Amino acid sequence: MEMKNKRSIPFLIGISLVLLMFVIMITSLFYTPYDPNMMQTDARLIKPSLEHPFGTDNFGRDILSRIMQGSQTAFIIGLSSVSVGLFFGFMIGACAGYFGGWIDELCMRFIDALMAFPGILLAIMLITVFEPGMKNTIFALGIMSIPTFARIIRSSFMQTKQFDYVKASKAKGAGSTHVIFQHILPNVMSPILVAATLSFSGTILAEAGLSYLGLGVQPPDPSWGRMLKEAQPYIATAPWYVIITGTMITLMVLGFNLLGDGIRDQQDKKS
Amino acid sequence: MRYFSYKVFTFIVTITLVSLIVFSVFQVLPGNPAQIILGLDADEQQIAQLEKELGLDQSLWEQYISWISGLLSGDLGQSLKYQQPVLDILLDRIPVTFSLAFVSIVLTALIGIPLGIFIARTDGKWVSTILSMLTQLGIAIPSFWFGFILILLFSVTFKLFPSYSYVPWSEDFFGALRSFFLPSLALALSNIAIMIRYLRNTILDQTKMDYVRTAKCKGLSERWIVYRHILRNAFIPILTIIGMIIADTLGGSIIIENVFSLPGLGSLLIQSISSRDFPLVQSMVLYIAVLVVFINFMVDLLYNVIDPRIRLKG
Repeated sequence: MEMKNKRSIPFLIGISLVLLMFVIMITSLFYTPYDPNMMQTDARLIKPSLEHPFGTDNFGRDILSRIMQGSQTAFIIGLSSVSVGLFFGFMIGACAGYFGGWIDELCMRFIDALMAFPGILLAIMLITVFEPGMKNTIFALGIMSIPTFARIIRSSFMQTKQFDYVKASKAKGAGSTHVIFQHILPNVMSPILVAATLSFSGTILAEAGLSYLGLGVQPPDPSWGRMLKEAQPYIATAPWYVIITGTMITLMVLGFNLLGDGIRDQQDKKS
Repeated sequence: MRYFSYKVFTFIVTITLVSLIVFSVFQVLPGNPAQIILGLDADEQQIAQLEKELGLDQSLWEQYISWISGLLSGDLGQSLKYQQPVLDILLDRIPVTFSLAFVSIVLTALIGIPLGIFIARTDGKWVSTILSMLTQLGIAIPSFWFGFILILLFSVTFKLFPSYSYVPWSEDFFGALRSFFLPSLALALSNIAIMIRYLRNTILDQTKMDYVRTAKCKGLSERWIVYRHILRNAFIPILTIIGMIIADTLGGSIIIENVFSLPGLGSLLIQSISSRDFPLVQSMVLYIAVLVVFINFMVDLLYNVIDPRIRLKG
């Protein structure tokens, strides 16, 4: 009983945080307290109050409304980048794991080469060449998450292909596509789900970093990372701007990390 | 010996692939690089001149070969903005980034290793659940935002540390240490959390091994078992994580240097991107990536020294 509780508390916190962020994002689609881009020159850097629960920024814009709108960007970037990474990672990992031999060696050297770019360096390089913006940020962060997916999918494929029922299916003359989609894929879904959840948070962190450097999402698209960049000069005069924005990023990342870990723990228990 | 030559072979293949990736990405730059660098109002002659200087009139293959052979002989090209050899600029900046990384890794080890051992030994109690949640928080906090919070706390509120000043080691040792402390701590936070989690899992895994049971049956104290037996066996996984942390620190320094205005490679990279100094960006990206591959290669070789079983298996 003790073990069960220990595992489920972080998971419950994770899922609550993710749900909270999701609700904020959905709400922002049709309601924000103020127009997120409305500037009020007479209401600059106002402290949090009943009127502006999170205060206002250096242009007199309502921070709560901007945070709400920024959650849309976080979800869009998270979902799309993970999809891009998953798609290419799956292709590479599946080929490497299924076929093995020199194909595996070739794919893995390519993955090693991608992993040589630490942190957001790969994304920075791609964005330098392809110009900052929402679409290229998604693309760059997606490519950055390819190695994680490729490696997990490769090892799952290698494991699963050893199982007798897969061997039996092959012996019966089933083609590669049939074996992959009918037999192997259902077995690798859970590690993929865990990896996707954890990548989601990684992508949100990376987007915040890129946008802070001015290389991510560009105005007028809202972004928490860029809000932090704008908040930095006012760190002493308007600390709430920095604190609130960073807390939102942290909570979102924490939520997805706890959720991913929780799912993994549940699976480990099952097996 | 076979293990060693295989490792050297993959090292060379990976570095070659990395250089090909960097080279081809910069080939995709839309439009004529010379035109982009000089701007729209440059005349034909200027563009032709720059193209020749950059070697753009050669074939792609020749450009790649001349870039690589330049790199190998220490010639990283010429920065467009600084009108200086890239190598000189990098040599100026490298000590700053390395100091930042070094102090950060020392902090990670000093804080992360004892805490990790402590948490592993308190497993099963509610303390470890809370500490485990705290490490998750440590991983979730963006390092650059943590940097802001440190500035807010230690520089703005308590005025204990300088916020945006850089003091070189040669000028004042303690001054330098003070200027590196906050950025290094900001960079170390998530690595400390990762170190703790990893160490805890490794120690718990080792605890289930037969040799630990034997040691317990022999009546050895728990402390003796952890320090004399488990930690020795946990050393290989710890080495792996240290390799990862070094790479992570190099990547993270790009943002942190910009937060704290430290004149290292990271801030140079971002400045070069905004001034469209592509030769400098290209060489820097390759330099950092090769460094990471090299560190991983060294970690692999170290495994081999520490645990000869790996060599025999390979």
